[in-house]
Amino acid sequence: MSSLIQSVHRLLLDPLGITQSQLQKILDQMLGRQVDYADLYFQSVRHESWVLEEGIVKSGTFSLDKGVGLRAIAGEKTGFAYTDDLQLTRLEEAARAARSIAKTTGVPILHGTHPSKQLNLYPAQDPFSSLHEDEKIEILKTLDTVARQIDPRVQQVMAHLSGVYEMIFLMGSDGTLSADLRPLVRLDVQVIVESKQGREQGYMGGGGRGDYSMFLKEGLATQYAEEAVRQALVNLEAVPAPAGNMPVVLGNGWPGILLHEAIGHGLEGDFNRKGTSAFSHRLGQRVASPACTVVDDGTLPGRRGSLNVDDEGYPTQKTVLIENGILKNYMQDKLNARLMGMSQTGNGRRESYAHLPMPRMTNTYMLPGSYEKEEMIASVERGLYAVNFGGGQVDITSGKFVFSANEAYLIEKGKITKPVKGATLIGNGPEVLMHVSMVGRDLALDAGVGTCGKEGQSVPVGVGQPTLKVDGLIVGGTEH
Amino acid sequence: MSEHVNRQQISYYEQMAEDLIHKAKEQGASQVEFSLSVQKGLDVHVRKFDVETLEYVNSQGLGLTVYYGKRKGYANTSDMTKEAAFQTLEKACHIAKYTQEDDCSGLAELSLMAYDYPSLELYYPWGVDAETAIQMAIECEREAMATDKRLTNSEGVNVSTHESFLLYANSHSFLGRYFTSSSSMNCCLIAGKEHMQRSYEYTVAVDAKDLWDPSRLAQQAAKKTLARLGARSIPSCQVPVLFSKEVAPGLLKQAMVALSGGHQYRRSSFLLESVGQSVFPSFVTIYEDPFVPKGLASTPFDAEGVRVKARCVVDKGVIQGYFLNSYSARKLGLPDTGHAGGMHNLFVSHSDKTFEELLKIMDRGLLVTELMGQGVNLVTGDYSRGASGFWVEHGEIQYPVEEITIAGNLKDMYQQILYIGSDVETRSSLQTGSILIERMSVAGHVKN
Repeated sequence: MSSLIQSVHRLLLDPLGITQSQLQKILDQMLGRQVDYADLYFQSVRHESWVLEEGIVKSGTFSLDKGVGLRAIAGEKTGFAYTDDLQLTRLEEAARAARSIAKTTGVPILHGTHPSKQLNLYPAQDPFSSLHEDEKIEILKTLDTVARQIDPRVQQVMAHLSGVYEMIFLMGSDGTLSADLRPLVRLDVQVIVESKQGREQGYMGGGGRGDYSMFLKEGLATQYAEEAVRQALVNLEAVPAPAGNMPVVLGNGWPGILLHEAIGHGLEGDFNRKGTSAFSHRLGQRVASPACTVVDDGTLPGRRGSLNVDDEGYPTQKTVLIENGILKNYMQDKLNARLMGMSQTGNGRRESYAHLPMPRMTNTYMLPGSYEKEEMIASVERGLYAVNFGGGQVDITSGKFVFSANEAYLIEKGKITKPVKGATLIGNGPEVLMHVSMVGRDLALDAGVGTCGKEGQSVPVGVGQPTLKVDGLIVGGTEH
Repeated sequence: MSEHVNRQQISYYEQMAEDLIHKAKEQGASQVEFSLSVQKGLDVHVRKFDVETLEYVNSQGLGLTVYYGKRKGYANTSDMTKEAAFQTLEKACHIAKYTQEDDCSGLAELSLMAYDYPSLELYYPWGVDAETAIQMAIECEREAMATDKRLTNSEGVNVSTHESFLLYANSHSFLGRYFTSSSSMNCCLIAGKEHMQRSYEYTVAVDAKDLWDPSRLAQQAAKKTLARLGARSIPSCQVPVLFSKEVAPGLLKQAMVALSGGHQYRRSSFLLESVGQSVFPSFVTIYEDPFVPKGLASTPFDAEGVRVKARCVVDKGVIQGYFLNSYSARKLGLPDTGHAGGMHNLFVSHSDKTFEELLKIMDRGLLVTELMGQGVNLVTGDYSRGASGFWVEHGEIQYPVEEITIAGNLKDMYQQILYIGSDVETRSSLQTGSILIERMSVAGHVKN
């Protein structure tokens, strides 16, 4: 047993007086003759946040959530129950409820493979104690002061510091025994600026799997404040965005949300097993221009989307999704990998013990190409240069996806001319990457604020890309 | 009625509330509030005529806010033991040591407490067992898939039922509690082979007896999905847009959010200081009622124990009030409206025009039935979203449309409402018929 498993056992199970052999007994009971896999997922999550508004730290929150999820799989069927009452009798009740799924099937017990590698991508320590409360508050106050000093048009500053410390312990009937300690911190600032022209907002945030000291790095708070104010002031000057199909140059970093929406979700194993994705049955086919290589990588140290092991105890990995334009792999969890006869990829994730795992992205990004940003902009007669985005959404079946720009500029005759108002961009997932004609050298990952929603479950993710040019995307402006 | 939280548990929770409030006061807190919820439920998901997942929902949580004068701290936990509850109190007190004085913080006013809160008809436990729910879902999916060969696949059918127990208490000696229930069923189908299309239909109700018949759900889901086949983009244009009753509530909810106290005092609203202003045409009136029997957003008191009441939010197009809790009310120097925890049931006035009549009136334009993405800027009202729906000519649906955006500014869009249809959407907490807007920018393209 690794030291991580031992320490989580000590922190999570020992205080409850629950032993591993008792858990093994519950698993054995769940298996019976008809269930072919069962697992127990213990989780304890502590969360704190501090909010500054109108120059004062108005509120702080602390929460503690713990419980256990019990899952029984019989063929394609999954029974699931959870409890936040961690007495052994409650676990046994939940186990009976979960295994009630298997009434009629009879499948042999599954023996999984257990890669033994132990990733160590982030510190195992609780991030809360990395700074004194006064220091946390000081970070927020610095953001506020700096933002207000930059420009008198700044009317509101809302700053938010939060941290999560998650402990998981997992046992599966195939011999899976795994644990992880996961810190996650985040700092955000939002500003409202007001002038005769009207009001606008700007936003900047960042974070990752580490402790709060990352926000003490020289000038970081200042940089966040400056960025939020800059964005808001740019938007004050923005003119209506164009409407219609046109070339779009997407900035590096966070605009990688394009990949997350356009292809990422469509390459998750569950949709492809069911044949409901626009990418179903397309492995080995061309789905992007040869300039595109896209990976999902859960092994980047300290990134928001990274995990030592996924929520089924499987180590994360770097999975090539698209290589030089050819579709190579789907992202898999245990159930879907098995049903599709493929390998697990460490993408089995769940929001909490109260949710079932499913294939989810970690950090999804495109590898760099050979162009300079300037070359891409110069190649556009009339189009859009979009550098910052809000959220996005995809219909994985039709392939249609949207993502909303909140900082964009008009390109006219190869030059950036003026800022335009926020606009939604819409495209078709299986087609859009075919129209990527230029990929930049400047790969960047986002600053660490992404949250992905799927079937009501939210998980932290990362995205990234170099600057790239898409020859045609529909821009949802008002100017015809 | 068999309640998922029994009398004994209720007294345990009430005692816990009292003990914690007492303890907090002992530790020097000037005000305290306590809230607790217990949820039980069942979710079944069936796909391809067999059960795929069976989930038993079982969650609980409690939270405590303490005020030391004008400083506040909050903590919550899913652990309902007394020991954990007292630790949670410690945490809330710890946080209150570091937050700063805020003139407007504190409990809602004592005089507003809903000590005599009404008992509402919100609790109708379904009591369906997993096997029955699974059978219902299987039959629904079978019927849907059998309607047409062009239905090639399915995302399946969900049947779900939840019961909640909610308790709120504070140091104004207020203690309120109530039960609610909610059940729903949805059916999501896929049509086509080369170019697949997906659509769905759902039904939701406080009382499972009011759910649609599964057969109606199946038929509607099949019809909606088949109607999507052959969808294409259209050239960019400026045309009238009809928001179907499925998407119309969302369009008006943006206004309600912009009227919330938080957006008003932060000045992050496109409807800033708009009480008394004509934001909508004079035929639009929006009425709010927290007491509707079986209402999806009914509540006997708000999340701060404040008395709630029915009122007019929009009268003949003119904004009558904001949605305020104690904090935003103090911030704005206005009376608390009992909206801690959100808005209540909203009812929008409508014309006598049916949906078909609205298509005729529109004559040529876009019918929007689904929206994608979050492209709404509440500070400016700028609106740009992905859409799908149908192209309409001569007052009749011509073909399905996808991969387009619709854009405008909400302030203009509200002023340009021509008609609200009589086809009222009753599955939403904001009930409105379909909404015809005079003109919007549509962006799309024509493929070679």
